[in-house]
Amino acid sequence: MKRIGVFVCHCGTNIANTVDCAKVAETAKDFPGVVFACDYKYMCAEPGQVMIQEAIREHNLDGYVVAACSPRMHEPTFRKCAERAGMNPYMVEQVNIREQCSWVHADKTKGTDKSIDITRMGVAKVAQNEPLFSTTIPVTKRALVIGAGIAGIQAAIDIADAGYPVTLLDREHSMGGKMAQVDKTFPTLDCSACILTPKMVEAAQHPNIEIVTYAEVQAVDGFVGNFDVTIRKKARYVDVDKCTGCGLCSEKCPKKVASEFEMNLGTRKAIYVPFPQAVPNKPVIDAKNCRFLVEGKCGVCKKVCPTGAVDFEQKDELIVERFGSIVVATGFEQFDISKYEEYGAGRIPDVITGLHLERLMNASGPTMGKIKRPSDGKVPEKIVFIKCVGSRDEAKGRSYCSRACCMYVAKHATLIKEKIPTSKSYIFYMDVRTAGKNYEEFYTRAQNEYDAQYVRGRVSKIFQVGDKLIVRGEDSLLGRPVEIEADLVVLAAGMDPQQDAKDLARTLGISYDQHGWFTEAHPKLRPVETHTAGIFLAGACQGPKDIPDSVAQASAAAVKAAGLLSKKELTAEAQTARCDEAYCSGCGLCVSICPYKAIELKRISERVHGGTRERQVSSVNQGLCQGCGACSVACPSSAMNLKGFSNDQILAEVDALCQR
Amino acid sequence: MRYGLYPGCSASGTGIEYGLSTKAVARRLGIELVEIPDWNCCGASSAHNRDHLLSIALPARNLALAEQAGLTDIAIPCAACYQRMKASERAVADEAERREVAEVIEMEIKGTAKARALLEVFANDLDPETLQKAVVKPLNGLKVACYYGCLLVKPAELAIDSPENPMMMDRLISALGATPVDWAYKTECCGGSLAITRPYAAVGMTAQVLKYAKLAGADCIATPCPLCTSNLDMRQKEAEKVLGMELGLPIYYFTELMGAAFGLPAEELGINRHFTEATALIKKPAAPAPAER
Ligand code: SF4
Ligand code: SF4
Repeated sequence: MKRIGVFVCHCGTNIANTVDCAKVAETAKDFPGVVFACDYKYMCAEPGQVMIQEAIREHNLDGYVVAACSPRMHEPTFRKCAERAGMNPYMVEQVNIREQCSWVHADKTKGTDKSIDITRMGVAKVAQNEPLFSTTIPVTKRALVIGAGIAGIQAAIDIADAGYPVTLLDREHSMGGKMAQVDKTFPTLDCSACILTPKMVEAAQHPNIEIVTYAEVQAVDGFVGNFDVTIRKKARYVDVDKCTGCGLCSEKCPKKVASEFEMNLGTRKAIYVPFPQAVPNKPVIDAKNCRFLVEGKCGVCKKVCPTGAVDFEQKDELIVERFGSIVVATGFEQFDISKYEEYGAGRIPDVITGLHLERLMNASGPTMGKIKRPSDGKVPEKIVFIKCVGSRDEAKGRSYCSRACCMYVAKHATLIKEKIPTSKSYIFYMDVRTAGKNYEEFYTRAQNEYDAQYVRGRVSKIFQVGDKLIVRGEDSLLGRPVEIEADLVVLAAGMDPQQDAKDLARTLGISYDQHGWFTEAHPKLRPVETHTAGIFLAGACQGPKDIPDSVAQASAAAVKAAGLLSKKELTAEAQTARCDEAYCSGCGLCVSICPYKAIELKRISERVHGGTRERQVSSVNQGLCQGCGACSVACPSSAMNLKGFSNDQILAEVDALCQR
Repeated sequence: MRYGLYPGCSASGTGIEYGLSTKAVARRLGIELVEIPDWNCCGASSAHNRDHLLSIALPARNLALAEQAGLTDIAIPCAACYQRMKASERAVADEAERREVAEVIEMEIKGTAKARALLEVFANDLDPETLQKAVVKPLNGLKVACYYGCLLVKPAELAIDSPENPMMMDRLISALGATPVDWAYKTECCGGSLAITRPYAAVGMTAQVLKYAKLAGADCIATPCPLCTSNLDMRQKEAEKVLGMELGLPIYYFTELMGAAFGLPAEELGINRHFTEATALIKKPAAPAPAER
């Protein structure tokens, strides 16, 4: 019989308030195999762990049960603790009497009784535990960063600086992301391009960074340390190696279309570079609008190109590469304002979004930095800003705060006053949230020095009368309706996840929340990790973020990714599936159910009654298996077992509960 | 096509033109409207302010009667009636609420009869061809402000179209050859429920609606609501005083405009009964059709 110890944790008052911990320990002393039991205030703290280690040695324990918080929280702690005392770390069971007992029961008797039951089950299980040994897997020392906005660029540079090769991928033609569209940044008002472009160049010229633009991740196979990523390089119709970026093709191309980069306020050609500072500064052909690719006529760019770089025959290309870790930095999309029909958004040309205004203020934008309203090019005098459009509005399906609008509206009001000194800005707000460093000061300055008039209340309606926009809302501080005749209305549109974020999440095998933001492994303690080992998050793909926050998080993700790459090898999961070939009938059910493609069928030959016989059984790739247990549930003959969670162990727990 | 009809009290009183034109238009389109036998008041103007059960039970009795008569889709011209009937239909979908209501009205209610706004029926159920065939005198050149009021599109759970920028009537009116104008007061309240208790406030609200229709260049307003119509039509003279501007905007039920486009005489549709003169605009010889039509 195994010699088992039981350690009951109070978790301060978290558990002790609703569970009589001393009684749990006292009762546990009578459970089969238990030779030692005690309770203590904080088992995870140093003295608690020392106590466990001493008990292991003193009582010569073979295994122990710790009744405490969730194993998600501290299982590694208690496993390491066992290791330090010379015990196999898998001889430890943690049972959860906090989330499952004290936090869900108000009644102390009930909480205590349930804790005793759960502990009894743990003891029964640990009696069946076998020492497990983990294997190791090699690490491919390269990282993939998906998304080359400011977060992706920063993460790539940091990983590259740490000495590892990085592939930085973006589906657009150029790096830069949303930040490239922004004119100036708060709270310092430095020009966005001036701080972004050098970073783009640094990444492009870094010996450890390979930039792959106009490409998408199509499939991801493999596992931490060894992800096999299929990348689709979309046809650019321009051979980037031959192209010198002279720009002759764009100049001569006869087809003009609205420019996405300029928020449709300006135009571009069918062969184009999205913006002057683009990296790489080589054009692409927009196949939907190119006359040659659509109608078979034109081909002017091919004719004028001095290097023969234009290639209408180019096709999408699939490449598969192996990476050790992946950083996801796919960013956000601006909320679609046409959901606010009451604001005439999408119908009234002079009701625009923050990003539109960024382009109108930008010196290299469609108006050369002169703020002109889209409808008639007039310089607006009265400008109304509306905050929280698509943020904090359950009616529109967005419960969250977009975090950046408060500041960018203050920035816009400041800059507009500088550009049009006679203008007047009115800002409708619900709250002003300026939590960053030097943010509040910036906002106060917009009010005091730049004459921005803040009106607390929601706008209910915007409509056009003549060339004026009537903005009707409420001033909830005055308790009165207000109406402003404006020349231009700027909606501070919030942030949405990328429309196809959920598809990417599925491809990568990471999780996302109800809105489509990727979820971190733990909001406080593991903010840049996902639940999938080796995949990290940076920037606004995880939730609304401004530039400083995105950059900070990107560096954090980079450290995690580089830390992983720095390891010689990785310890593989020890609690993996194991097939007992004697029982396996080779039906293959487990093969199709395994989400990690870790199971294959193989042929074995065995001796039966003097002869040999060949048959088919399943075999588990220990490197790929994540220990999810799906196969052992599916197996009709109980041949498949999860180490550490075998059928016998689970049944022992059930028995223990039934026989009390 | 066969529909149940819940005419409501307005169809024979303040909104008699609505009742007349609804029937005339349906006849012309070959739609059979079967009046719910022994229908009662839906309680629209006040019941929901007094007592929830009463406000649900009154319309529920009509729905139950319709069920008994084997009617499934109940066309309801009046916007207020529609909203209360729809609210009741939704409420009795709940098991507990249904049992309580059934006890009060002493009738079984299964939920097979659905409340439908008449506007929705004409705009969505009718196939475009039938409609096109019926249009013999297209309303070419007539600029119409489609006014939905609040009851058909709010609250969002009961709405037949977008609460902020509904387009259903606009599409129907275009099919008649007229031009709907883009304006901002489509769903703004006309103050209907204050018309008696605080008439001055109501006139102020009505005036705004009329003003913005005029500013948008409309020749007239089309409505699906008897309450809105009486406000906009009867109080137009007062509104003109409040605004200090001349309006002279005929207020048509959308069914009257349909009837006019179908070539039905103004008298049959009740157009001669309006407060603000409305026959002249309709009687005008049809303007020559624009080239692209
Ligand atoms: S003309 Fe040729 S070389 Fe010049 S930018 Fe265009 S594709 Fe490149
Ligand atoms: S499901 Fe079970 S029996 Fe079937 S192949 Fe897999 S391990 Fe063998």
